[in-house]
Amino acid sequence: MAVYHLRTPILEEEIRKLRVKDVIYITGSIVTARDQAHRRALEYLKEGKPLPINLEGLAVYHCGPVVKKEGDKWVAVAAGPTTSTRMDIFEDELIKNFKVRVVIGKGGMGKRTTEAMAKYGAVYGAFTGGAALLAAKAIKDIRGVEWLDLGTPEALWIFEVEDFGPLTVAIDSHGNNLFMEVEKNVEENRRKIYQKLGLQL
Amino acid sequence: MKPETVENVAFNLLRQTAVYLPEDVKQALKKAYEEETSEAGKTQLKVILDNIELAEEYQAPICQDTGTIIFYVTAGADVRGLDKVENALIKATRKATKEIPLRPNAVDPFTQKNSGDNTGRFIPYVHWEIVPGETLELTVMTKGGGSENACLTGMLLPGEGINGLKKFVIESIIKAGAQPCPPTIVGVAMGGGADIAMKLAKKALLRPLNEPNPNPEIAKLEKELYEAANMTGIGPMGLGGKTTVLGVHVEYAHRHPASFPAAVAFNCWAARRATARIHGDGTVEYLTHNEKGLR
Repeated sequence: MAVYHLRTPILEEEIRKLRVKDVIYITGSIVTARDQAHRRALEYLKEGKPLPINLEGLAVYHCGPVVKKEGDKWVAVAAGPTTSTRMDIFEDELIKNFKVRVVIGKGGMGKRTTEAMAKYGAVYGAFTGGAALLAAKAIKDIRGVEWLDLGTPEALWIFEVEDFGPLTVAIDSHGNNLFMEVEKNVEENRRKIYQKLGLQL
Repeated sequence: MKPETVENVAFNLLRQTAVYLPEDVKQALKKAYEEETSEAGKTQLKVILDNIELAEEYQAPICQDTGTIIFYVTAGADVRGLDKVENALIKATRKATKEIPLRPNAVDPFTQKNSGDNTGRFIPYVHWEIVPGETLELTVMTKGGGSENACLTGMLLPGEGINGLKKFVIESIIKAGAQPCPPTIVGVAMGGGADIAMKLAKKALLRPLNEPNPNPEIAKLEKELYEAANMTGIGPMGLGGKTTVLGVHVEYAHRHPASFPAAVAFNCWAARRATARIHGDGTVEYLTHNEKGLR
């Protein structure tokens, strides 16, 4: 397990160095996107419309933050990750078309995203679900917000962050997926549990 | 009872739940951190403990998902003005959303529009129970969406009995995996009907972790399921380890001879709940958090 400090825009070669279980911290720009923002981004792509922000080399963060306005400035109060599996149906296209290098969230992602990450060079950084304050502390500035019509949890928030993490690399760009490894392990443990409880598989 | 008192107490409870974890949950997480052997799992628990401290220090919500707001009201039959309680709870919710602040989490499922203030049709939801006396006990559960998405009900085979239930619980925990932000608290209920089982399972999440079911047979089942759940290897945040659940709480109701309803409800590690008692003379006791976070 190695620890890396990355700065956006992140290059593909930096991503290729990372392996599952490494820990990364990100400094630079990360952009929040949840279900509705992913959906709209792909609609824009289909219609040939540009996104309000260039995502190349940046991190997309599955997060619906609690924000408040102080004067005309937005401040992040709490900003932990949301469950990433819901974005599995969109993420491969996002990685392919917008060259996103890091996807941050909780709960992991599936085969489709793992394959896209291997093909185009991206990693999934697992952040602790609920670690909202630790996240907010690393957010030094909110540079902007787009698509606020989707509601504050679903909007694209552009965060300037410093040492955002620790993020555990749970999917690397070589086809390894820590969540799938754990799942495999759980499958093996199931048999022991059934035996202990006197149940039949 | 003055509606203003109810509103004020409900607001304070919402603040307490958002910022402070109940002591039993905190202690269980500390113990889990000490005992966890998986490196990735331990990292997660460390972040969780750091985050809990930061929330208290900054007086800000522990988690950005400040949940769906559910109230459990145990009302004394002699309390006057019970018809005003629900409105007071709605007002407290609006105020808390703005001032704490809480994330607006009430979306119209038909139009997809977020109401913006955590209120809407049936939300906040209020469970009522009428008891003798003139005190009003108010409990708030602010229930995260990630753990809610893992809740399951099942209509099991009566012929399989408790073994069928054990299987259902273990399969539910395995299916949930990383999704409900483990280590979780698991509420289990059997009997009643599909709705009654889930209601009991969810209510079981309110029971403190150091309080097993008073029925020794059920307490034994709780322990057995707890140990089995922690054998899965799912671990903190699903990254592997031996801490998958902090506790399993089981409740039951009598069932129809042809049915064996079962329900499994999950609460994330940020298991937020707070209770206060308002006495007939207007004095207030904060039962779970004492005076923490009151202004």
